[in-house]
Amino acid sequence: MTQATISVPAADARSSKRASSRATRYTRSLKGRGVHQRRSVLLTIVMAVMVVYALFPLFWLFVSSTKTQSELLSSFGLWFSGDFSLFDNISQTLTYGNGEFVRWFGNTLLYVVVGAGGATLLAALGGYGLAKFNFPGKKLVFAVVLGAVAIPGTALAVPTFLMFSQLGLTNTPWSIILPSLISPFGLYLIWTYALDAVPTEVLEAARMDGAGEMRTFFTISLRLLTPGIVTVLLFTVVATWNNYFLPLIMLSEPTWYPLTVGLNQWNQQSQTVGGDAIYNLVVTGSLLTIVPIIVAFLFLQKYWQSGLSAGSVKA
Amino acid sequence: MKIRSTRRLRRGAAALTGVLALGLALSACSSAGGSAETGNADDIAKALDTETTITVWAWAPAVEQIAKDFEKEHPKITVNVVNAGTGNDQYVKLQNAIKAGSGAPDVAQIEYYALPQFALSDSLVDLKGFGFDSFADKYTDSTWNSVSLNNGIYALPQDSGPMALFYNKAVFDQYGIAVPTTWDEYVAAAKQLHAADPTKYITNDTGDAGFTTSMIWQAGGQPYKTEKSTDVSINLQDAGSKKFADTWSQLVEGGLVSPITSWSDEWYKGLGDGSIATLTIGAWMPGNLESGVAQASGDWRVAPMPTWEKGQAASAENGGGGDAILKQSKNKLAAAGFLQYMNEGDGTQTSIAKGGFPSTVADLNNDSFLNYESPYFGGQKINQVLVQSSKDVVKGWQYLPFQVYSNSIFNDTVGKAYANKSDLNAGLEAWQKATADYGNEQGFTVKTGN
Repeated sequence: MTQATISVPAADARSSKRASSRATRYTRSLKGRGVHQRRSVLLTIVMAVMVVYALFPLFWLFVSSTKTQSELLSSFGLWFSGDFSLFDNISQTLTYGNGEFVRWFGNTLLYVVVGAGGATLLAALGGYGLAKFNFPGKKLVFAVVLGAVAIPGTALAVPTFLMFSQLGLTNTPWSIILPSLISPFGLYLIWTYALDAVPTEVLEAARMDGAGEMRTFFTISLRLLTPGIVTVLLFTVVATWNNYFLPLIMLSEPTWYPLTVGLNQWNQQSQTVGGDAIYNLVVTGSLLTIVPIIVAFLFLQKYWQSGLSAGSVKA
Repeated sequence: MKIRSTRRLRRGAAALTGVLALGLALSACSSAGGSAETGNADDIAKALDTETTITVWAWAPAVEQIAKDFEKEHPKITVNVVNAGTGNDQYVKLQNAIKAGSGAPDVAQIEYYALPQFALSDSLVDLKGFGFDSFADKYTDSTWNSVSLNNGIYALPQDSGPMALFYNKAVFDQYGIAVPTTWDEYVAAAKQLHAADPTKYITNDTGDAGFTTSMIWQAGGQPYKTEKSTDVSINLQDAGSKKFADTWSQLVEGGLVSPITSWSDEWYKGLGDGSIATLTIGAWMPGNLESGVAQASGDWRVAPMPTWEKGQAASAENGGGGDAILKQSKNKLAAAGFLQYMNEGDGTQTSIAKGGFPSTVADLNNDSFLNYESPYFGGQKINQVLVQSSKDVVKGWQYLPFQVYSNSIFNDTVGKAYANKSDLNAGLEAWQKATADYGNEQGFTVKTGN
């Protein structure tokens, strides 16, 4: 198959002959494994459909963010039209409302770095501890963690709000960061990953050589756990980046909004008496919002894939 | 797609926090406010001469400017305007803050349909205590009626939305359609237009609770009654409700309304390209058309809302709202001063300038307002139609004390009838049942039917 994809210019007789012989081989093999081939064609088509399905909204988003507000509403949605105003839209997005988009962007970054980063660190420490140490009550912890995985964060948002309100934490960045620090799923993933990725023998050897537990963790275990940690990091980063309901409930001051809630507020301006409809900025803002996530995925996907499969097989 | 998913989330939010609503209504917890809940003009003036910061939750764009002007007049007061969300998002936060006992603002913007929920649960200050009941004659009957609940005054009206028929004259002229004056003529126009060009629809409707209740209001229905703040009756099959549902079902069943949801980008697009030919909507709409559908400038006109009997004068309110003072506020006197400035004093002019349709009688009858020739509407004196509508609003309408939740489940019940293109009466009955069940769960005593 790989050979067939390399295009060989039929410059001389020899190469054209080779090409034709390859063609016969190809037809023969197609005949011999007919069922197999047809099935993979079908799979390819399904794949292609899925790719289109996944990329279609992104394509729309990009096309739409190159249009002005009036072009957006008066032209066909799936192709470019009018002036190419992407850069104009971007600069408007960044400056509209005293640059609140930039502020929201910074807030989201803060929540992601501290929240998702902290969640990953805690999950790594906790998961490793549960996998490699024995202590009474471990089964109980296991049950609690598994139970916590099953509860959607949305269901806890209002009770958390009432609790934080008593503590005076609502309407502060802490009200977003603290709940984000807890990732039962991440803990569970590191736990199952650490069971096999960190051989107990290695730890024993390190202890024999006189390394303390902390030192062992940071110099040996952490490196062995890297694929798992990156997976958890990606999960928590995506979850925090997309977090909508919790900040919606917790925050009333737009100064602390993350991008998700802020963009929704822009979107709702069009539903307000005397409000300024700025769909072009909402769309451009959405495009800018997904860029960092795409970049994170492209850089970390190697770890992501190996981490995912490791977790699933070894669980 | 995006819009839909946030809608669903919002509905989830309403469901979650709705549970909290009645705990307050029944326990009627007393406020621990540090300042008086009553006072005369002198007390208010004194409060405005003391260093104070008040927080105002509002999404109306005019409030920012009003606050600045107010601070100039009263330099010792700082007004912190916060856009805590539009409509339902803000009500969720407000309800949570009330439940939590702290975190609520001093003043909040609340639409008329949501006001009973907060007023009857004892979360708002009765403005009679500041003598604001003497303003009754300054506002239209319908808006004043909307803020008068349970023998109290719980908000000062900021704007109003008497309904009118906004129609695309270019489309009407192109197909030789006469402007309908009754709902029967409206249905006929819908058929004529869609037959002439299948891509064009008389209007869009995928099920909108605010529109439905306003239509029932105009038809003379009074489906909601509340007595003693916890005894509620719902009858969405009274004569008015039936009249609306029977007529509107013809449009829905015949596929004569465009399946586009209001306030989406497709909606703005349809209003611009003529595929949505009319809107029966509140008088605040011109500003939104001008900013959102600038490309259709000159195409649109305003006519009186079609009626059920030929020659009858009847309309209803659609949207609009006022501002209220929260019981949690520790600066109620200063808040009252700001509220009065915003909705009774100079602030009203700023609201009108920013596109709000006035609720104040003096502004409605102002000559320059009445004779304003709107360039967007081809020079038509649109305010004459809109002001007449405000005088024709049918009397006696009430909303539920849990209307916010009820409206949030509209699409699960009546929305299904829209999706299936079936009889809306069945949808209304399902809505009634789901609403009543919720009310009973919350501790109200809900009677349904006659």
